[in-house]
Amino acid sequence: MDKPATPNSFRTGPDEQGMFGIFGGRFVAETLMPLILDLERHWNEVKNDPDFKAELTDLSTHYAGRPSKLYFAEGLTKHLREVSSAKGLGGGAKVYFKREDLNHTGSHKINNCLGQILLAKRMGKKRIIAETGAGQHGVASATVAARFGFPCVVYMGATDVARQSPNVFRMKLLGAEVRPVTAGHGTLKDAMNEALRDWVTNVEDTYYLIGTAAGPHPYPELVRDFQSVIGTEARAQILEQEGRLPDTIIACVGGGSNAIGLFHPFLDDKEVRIIGIEAGGRGLDGIEHCASMNAGAPGVLHGNRTYLLQNSDGQIMDGHSISAGLDYPGVGPEHSWLRDSGRVEYVPILDDEALEAFKLTTRVEGIIPALESAHAIAHAVKIVPAMDKDQIVIVNLSGRGDKDVHTVASMLGMEI
Amino acid sequence: MTTRIDRRMAKLKTEGRPALVTYFMGGDPDYDTSLSIMKALPGAGADVIELGMPFSDPMADGPAIQAAGLRALKGGQTLVKTLKMASEFRTGDNETPIVLMGYYNPIYIYGVDRFLKDAIASGIDGLIVVDLPPEMDEELCIPALKAGINFIRLATPTTDDKRLPKVLQNTSGFVYYVSMTGITGSALADTGKVAAAVKRIKGHTDLPVCVGFGVKTAEQARVIGANADGVVVGTAIVNAVANVLGPKGEKTADPAEAVATLVSGLAQGVRSARLAAAE
Repeated sequence: MDKPATPNSFRTGPDEQGMFGIFGGRFVAETLMPLILDLERHWNEVKNDPDFKAELTDLSTHYAGRPSKLYFAEGLTKHLREVSSAKGLGGGAKVYFKREDLNHTGSHKINNCLGQILLAKRMGKKRIIAETGAGQHGVASATVAARFGFPCVVYMGATDVARQSPNVFRMKLLGAEVRPVTAGHGTLKDAMNEALRDWVTNVEDTYYLIGTAAGPHPYPELVRDFQSVIGTEARAQILEQEGRLPDTIIACVGGGSNAIGLFHPFLDDKEVRIIGIEAGGRGLDGIEHCASMNAGAPGVLHGNRTYLLQNSDGQIMDGHSISAGLDYPGVGPEHSWLRDSGRVEYVPILDDEALEAFKLTTRVEGIIPALESAHAIAHAVKIVPAMDKDQIVIVNLSGRGDKDVHTVASMLGMEI
Repeated sequence: MTTRIDRRMAKLKTEGRPALVTYFMGGDPDYDTSLSIMKALPGAGADVIELGMPFSDPMADGPAIQAAGLRALKGGQTLVKTLKMASEFRTGDNETPIVLMGYYNPIYIYGVDRFLKDAIASGIDGLIVVDLPPEMDEELCIPALKAGINFIRLATPTTDDKRLPKVLQNTSGFVYYVSMTGITGSALADTGKVAAAVKRIKGHTDLPVCVGFGVKTAEQARVIGANADGVVVGTAIVNAVANVLGPKGEKTADPAEAVATLVSGLAQGVRSARLAAAE
């Protein structure tokens, strides 16, 4: 594929049609089109409205606990310096964690949910629907729905319902109805199909609270903007704590909302290397992975054009990842554009590597990371020993790993 | 430039009756059976054939058509085979219009230019691509119109008068009015509302307006056909196939015969529509 010309700024997209280069767009059924246009109109109204911003900031501070801390991961840094010395390199960059795991509900998902629930309220909607993979977005959606008094239906693949039972229980406690989806492999993609079917049926009163920076325009833009608080804070925090920008920033990419949230404020800082981590699953040679940008091709699904795992007939593949939150055969369209433009590197991390990083972080930092975030940490573990001691790496710790202990236990052959 | 769709619709207008538009899933449950179903449709009274292109993620379809698509994919159906099915049908029938219906991704991956060339060569007359609204017309609609293939757009209850001209702008062949907000196979909407919507759309276009989503019986086809230029039946046909498949997908009766029996009944409903309206 031709590499697009390098733009003056990487932060101006999407265009008026919702496109990031050839990616993005509004590939939806006509029934939904008026709803998406209505959402876009309201979004354009609120995004520069000081009252809306003030209400969101107040909730982010007092309800969600923002700003999240930028934490110097001294234990991991020390460990990786020892690894570096053992290899005779004598280096090892300083590693910082952006602590999205400390947010209310335990992940970055609350940032987006608070923004969208305020939007839903403004639009006069009466009912919330959401899709979820790992259950983090489902829990965050159920949480804001409870807080603002909306009935909430969460679509979740039946496979995910089984492997994320603690989150299913949390959602039910919060008053949400969890509808298991048995179509396909019963994972995130199937849950998203079912949420779209609900939306196309209940057009009058329903707000679709999409959990990642994907879907038809304006979702990729508005989710990114709600999540950009991560990168905006991190950028200011590192300037304050270190007096300079980081050399490298790393985040995991499923749909890619935590990653775009961290990356976007840094996109025009040319000296900052930006790396997104895809789920390499059991390896890119087979089909058991979710590395759409490393092993997929551009296609159209769920309202946008983006890199997808698909066969030569254009049928979407199911993919695999140890982490339910990365188990999605597509990716947000802005990531596809950033990939093709060369601004961001996208690299796969295998299940086993993520699991090792999960164990290491727990042991040397006393932090149990989400398996999703462990993918990003795993890549830091790979590259940090070869970096200089005066270099700085920020890893987005997008969520906490309590939800994953059952999965990890079964991977390790233990019963809990 | 007229297509088989234009000619068929004009002919039915002179006959004073609405068209029976029949949807079936290409390749369900396998290629050969599906081709026999397709060949049986005109004789049973279908005026226009919608040939479904299976897709792994049919976001606008209900459980029946989802399952049919999965059966077809499992049976090895591809876009190449769907086009081959159309051209095999054409060797015995050069009059019945064929409309391909499905989702964009398989076409996008096949390549739009190559797809249009091969579709014309296979005797395809029109396209219904669910996830291409007018905002995305440059993708396929405009190239299809230039190539001489009708691009049939869906209008829905959410398409208001302000938006309707945009939806109709590059539409040709006929307008497909989706009778309700929802997925295929749901319960039929209030027929009075549907009639009013058809009238509203006809106020904006001279194109025939066909109504689908929720029509399952001859009686419903008769009532809807009283006001519309065509009645689309899909889920009921797909179910007729499913009903003669055993738990392991084995055929317990001839699917083509089951479909033909259903379609004959629907055709009678459609043919009595205007008589009913005149009463």
